[in-house]
Amino acid sequence: MSTFNQIRAILSQKTIGIAGAGGLGSNCAVSLLRSGVGKLIIADFDVVSDANLNRQFYFHDQIGERKVDALRDNLLRICPFASLQMHNVKVTPQNISLLFSTCDVVVEAFDLADQKQMLIEFMLENHPDIPVVAASGLAGWGGTDLLRIQKSGLLYICGDETEEVSEENPPLAPKVNIVSNLQADTVLGILLGEKQ
Amino acid sequence: MKIMLNNREEHFDAQTLTVAQIMEIKSFTFRMLVVRLNDTLIKKEDYSSASVKEGDDLKIIHLVSGG
Repeated sequence: MSTFNQIRAILSQKTIGIAGAGGLGSNCAVSLLRSGVGKLIIADFDVVSDANLNRQFYFHDQIGERKVDALRDNLLRICPFASLQMHNVKVTPQNISLLFSTCDVVVEAFDLADQKQMLIEFMLENHPDIPVVAASGLAGWGGTDLLRIQKSGLLYICGDETEEVSEENPPLAPKVNIVSNLQADTVLGILLGEKQ
Repeated sequence: MKIMLNNREEHFDAQTLTVAQIMEIKSFTFRMLVVRLNDTLIKKEDYSSASVKEGDDLKIIHLVSGG
């Protein structure tokens, strides 16, 4: 067992990369920051839109702002001394190493499955020693007892691996928040050691 | 042969099968997959050449959109 001060002392030395600042990335960043993670490196090229506000950690008056700027503002309101490195770029195989090679753990927080696959495969091939915490399957509501964490080596997949987002099965705040926090909790488990 | 497929024990009549054959037998139809054989990444172009044998640990992970 550890006190919160002991936990923070460990986490304050750690750097976490987050690829994507949408429903998964923005909420995961909040939980990691609140837990005391020392530094966050976050990359996204998108702009806050009205449609994002049903699940992402942004506010109505931030519509039109770059997500990395809006998220930096929101995270600094929680912790004014946070060490944040925000990158307004699309994550590609050409810049993944530049962005994330110094991270202790990388969180995959993209929307599209092919982007998820790109990041996971690049990290497994080029940075096999850095744990990757990805997400797959979080659309709609209900079935939260089917959410799980699949582990394969240093790759962790959070979600139900089934519920794909579509017009008729949109992502909604509760499950997106649950999965983004499954990811954050998995990161803590990696950094602090598995559950006492 | 007996292997672990996604953490569950599975029996197949053949002594060895390719990843592609196992996907067909087990009806994995999702478009985006991450496949790891004994914790080694198997890329799509290698599904039909990577062979799985007795005692192997195979993980076929579905990637679906949403985030």
